[in-house]
Amino acid sequence: MLKSTLDFILGHYAYWFTFILLVIGLYGMMMKKNLVQKLIGMTIFQVSVIIFYIAGASKWGGTVPVIEESLLHAAHVQLPDPAHYINPLPHTLMLTAIVVGVATTGVAFALVISIYKRYKTLNEDALLKKMREDKNDDLTD
Amino acid sequence: MNSAETYTSIIPLLAVLVSLIAVPLILLSSKFKNLRESWTILAALIKFGLVLSLLPGALAGKAAQCSVLEIFPGIDLSLRADPFGVFFALIASGLWIFTSFYSIGYVRGAPEKKQTRYFASFAVCLSATIGIAFSANLISFIIFYEILTIATYPLVIHKETKKAIDAGRKYLIYTLTAGLFLIAAAAWTYQITGTLDFKAGGLFGSAVLDPRDAVMLFLLFLGGVGVKAGIMPLHSWLPSAMAAPTPVSALLHAVAVVKSGVFAVIRVVGFVFGPTMMAKFGLDTILMTLAGITIIVASLIALRQDNLKKRLAYSTVGHLSYIVLGAALLTAEGFTGGMLHIAFHATMKITLFFVAGAIYINLHRENISQLNGIGRVMPWTMGAFTIGAIGLAGIPPINGFVSKWYLGLGAVQADNLIPLGILVLSGLLNAAYFFPIVYIAFFKKGEGLEGKGEAPLLMVVPIVITATLSLLFGIYPDLFFKFYQLAVNISAAILGGG
Amino acid sequence: MMTLLIDNSPVLIPLIFLATALLIPVVAAKRKTLAWPLAFWATIAVVAVSIFNVRRVICDGPVHYRLGNWAPPIGIEYVLDHLSAFVILVINSVALLVLLHAKKVVARELPHKRVPYYAAVILMLCGFNGIVITGDLFNLYVFLEISALSLYGLIAAGEKQSPVAAFRYLIMGTIAASFYLLGVGFLYMETGSLNMADVKAILPTVIDQPAILVALVLMVLGMGIKMALFPMHGWLPDAYTYAPTTSSAIIAPTGTKVGAYVMLRVMFFVFGVNFVSKTLPLTQIISWLSAIAIIYGSVLAIAQKEMKRMLAYSSVAQIGYIGLGIGLANPMALIGALFHVLNHAFMKACLFLVAGNFRYKLGHSNVSRLTDAVRKKMPWTMAAFTVAALSMVGLPPLSGFFSKLFLILGAYENSAWYFIVIIFISSLLNAVYFFRILEKVYMRPRIPVPGQEEETDVKRDEVSASMLLPTLILAAGLIIFGILNAFIVKGIINFMIPAGM
Repeated sequence: MLKSTLDFILGHYAYWFTFILLVIGLYGMMMKKNLVQKLIGMTIFQVSVIIFYIAGASKWGGTVPVIEESLLHAAHVQLPDPAHYINPLPHTLMLTAIVVGVATTGVAFALVISIYKRYKTLNEDALLKKMREDKNDDLTD
Repeated sequence: MNSAETYTSIIPLLAVLVSLIAVPLILLSSKFKNLRESWTILAALIKFGLVLSLLPGALAGKAAQCSVLEIFPGIDLSLRADPFGVFFALIASGLWIFTSFYSIGYVRGAPEKKQTRYFASFAVCLSATIGIAFSANLISFIIFYEILTIATYPLVIHKETKKAIDAGRKYLIYTLTAGLFLIAAAAWTYQITGTLDFKAGGLFGSAVLDPRDAVMLFLLFLGGVGVKAGIMPLHSWLPSAMAAPTPVSALLHAVAVVKSGVFAVIRVVGFVFGPTMMAKFGLDTILMTLAGITIIVASLIALRQDNLKKRLAYSTVGHLSYIVLGAALLTAEGFTGGMLHIAFHATMKITLFFVAGAIYINLHRENISQLNGIGRVMPWTMGAFTIGAIGLAGIPPINGFVSKWYLGLGAVQADNLIPLGILVLSGLLNAAYFFPIVYIAFFKKGEGLEGKGEAPLLMVVPIVITATLSLLFGIYPDLFFKFYQLAVNISAAILGGG
Repeated sequence: MMTLLIDNSPVLIPLIFLATALLIPVVAAKRKTLAWPLAFWATIAVVAVSIFNVRRVICDGPVHYRLGNWAPPIGIEYVLDHLSAFVILVINSVALLVLLHAKKVVARELPHKRVPYYAAVILMLCGFNGIVITGDLFNLYVFLEISALSLYGLIAAGEKQSPVAAFRYLIMGTIAASFYLLGVGFLYMETGSLNMADVKAILPTVIDQPAILVALVLMVLGMGIKMALFPMHGWLPDAYTYAPTTSSAIIAPTGTKVGAYVMLRVMFFVFGVNFVSKTLPLTQIISWLSAIAIIYGSVLAIAQKEMKRMLAYSSVAQIGYIGLGIGLANPMALIGALFHVLNHAFMKACLFLVAGNFRYKLGHSNVSRLTDAVRKKMPWTMAAFTVAALSMVGLPPLSGFFSKLFLILGAYENSAWYFIVIIFISSLLNAVYFFRILEKVYMRPRIPVPGQEEETDVKRDEVSASMLLPTLILAAGLIIFGILNAFIVKGIINFMIPAGM
């Protein structure tokens, strides 16, 4: 019983790692007051998802799923077993996700710069206070 | 199937549309008062003519049907001028003519602002009322019912005083909530039966209902229609809404809106639940108790009102429950009496409201304590008032006696003497709150009446006509429109179909 | 040529938008006035294609389009069924009307940012349409981010506070998208496929794996944030309030609907009705959250003075209606939800355009400062507002009434009377906040309001035709949809009910 639990925990260590990353990222996004720190949290969060995909696709002793024509006929080359091929699809998916992540970060930085230009601060509390001050008409009764 | 034979006809639709078509015309001619008012009169006359042309069919027990389009999957927006619908439509459209003339005199005499909005809303209200009368199923009914709610709102707040606006809010809260109850009830009924077509004797057919569900459903329906019917404790919007101009009070709160409410009560009792189900689940007792309490309490409150329109309003609340009571008796005479009272109370109460308006325009007086001696300056007006008052107290030869007589017979037929007692007591109370007005108007000496005469002719003529009608119907109920014959036929259909 | 277009009609929709979005900055770089016509005509073209697609689906049934002719599940598949064709048509026609309205508003509010602004609008629409039409779970994520990134920009272009609102939305939006992506990852690991139909076919064999449950929860959570389902709505009010007029008018009717669409698609068409409503209490949780949203949004809407903010909170409530229809998970309720997607798109667009007209002519859209002068100045705008408001309250024969009726019938089907009570309370609350405005605008109380000069002689000062026309068309749409609801429901919505419901 204990052994199987231990096996489960150890066997999935990559997932626990991504889970910890995910929580750190979420914590950063939710709890940090500074907008740039929030962004750092966001990046960690996104990276955890990427690692999750990659970890899911990887296997021990895996190899690149490429068949080289010239090698097929060379007798001395040991061809890898197709079962050892690593699934390339999650990797390609994550290439896209990385691009998306970079774009998001870019937009986020543009927003941060714009916020700083207008309010001269990046602290969320200070920001809220200033926003409330320059509302020309109060929004609630 | 329905006891009434059905034939296809476009007349019900036209009758609804006439006043709707008049709305843009009224709006466009807002600069030319006389042209604007002629649209109203024209629409009123055409509408009445169209409804009248349906009368022979209704008397023969036939119903004109006209399906416009499928408004909800499986349900048509459908108009069906069955005898009961024609009955109600006749009253509403007939009295609209008088009210139109009277309104012109009133708003010009006051003079009121935003008259175009006034006449336009009025026309929409009438379309909705006729739509209510002719609705063949609950969905169509709800649509017209809600249109009536919204179209009445601008009329209630017409004066735009703080009081009027508050009254408007109160009106909206009550009626919108009621509309929601009605929707819930309709949806539930649809869930149970899969149909929403009104049917004399009840639409549930062989559907089996849990007694608790039946009571819940009935209460939902009652919450929906009871507000407009002024059943206590849902009545309190009605006296507040007296802040509206008097012709509005007259037509809408003595004829169109509240009568739509009691019309709906009879529809629910006779055409949704049906007498069999009403009796089986004890729903008639619920309805009768509420109506009885309303009659007595409303009459007592009316006694204490000094404002004439308020007193009339509470009197209306009481008299509406006569009709509800008639339906709750579940006997032929009871239904007949209730339906007759829809018609006859309308002619009497509209007279009284017209009189209140004429006094207000002519003398700027609203309170009963200020009415000393006005009978001598306004003899025609106060004479009409006297006729209305006698009728509402249920004394022959005014038509109020006829309807009350049948209500009494219905109670006897139902072997239930409590309603009979309530009717007698309420007749006394009616006399107690109306006759003092007649007395002080004619026999007390008034002040500040020098040089005052009758109200404008446009107002006096409708008053005299409606009072005369009350008298004529009292002597011969089948006059012109065969109200009595219709009512008897309808009761037979309701009781026979169940 | 013609057959080529017809064969490829599903892909044309995102393609036209994508091409236009790239074209606008290039072509309009020198002549800024070209940006609007490009965006407008592209949208007209897309609406035409959408109409054609709807017709095609109704006549020939669902279309499965293979992108680049790669067979699914390897290649990406675009699925044009009744549901997606319908949602696409709704999104694009509302967008077209708002764009027509936008010409003058954007020229005044953002004179120097016109080119990037229209490019972002078109890019966002490309994303929305892609989300709806794709049959591939990962492709959906990509389109989701395309639309989200342009959304952030569109919001940040507004008032002084808008970048902060956009930043917050960015954080929430990224969480949402990442949750969704994580969910897809779990699903992929269990099924080995990303194609929706394929996943659905494989799922029964692995349905008792805990990972499937995790995937479902993560995806629904992500979409809950995107559609601003209570309590994940926090980003919405600020974003709608501070965004430029056109942005809120175009995002409010379309953005959250797309979230709702994905939730519906994933729950009912990938995981299956039985799994989400019978095996798990997921739909029940959603319906309760929606019920809270309906009340919460309505109450907060009453408390607002600024019209745009009021409409934003009302959106939270209206999303609740859609969520409730999804959560009740029976045909009637789902019809109600889908019909409300159409209604709410038109109502909200109309109301936001009215707010835009106020801002354009009066310089503000503050409810407490509206007087009856507004009606005299802008009678037609007010007429449109009245229709939309009555439809929001749910009065027949306007379309809002019928979506409520369907929902009520759906609630009866589940014997869930408490939801009927909630729908009623919210109808009354809606009446409170809309009649409050109507009262102010249509009446002149005799008591003078302190600090407010009497404007006795007010001239008519209605907005120009290009702004008025879309507002009126949207309002007219509400009347037409209400009267013709049976045709819409029987013609197309009935075919969207997923199997097993």
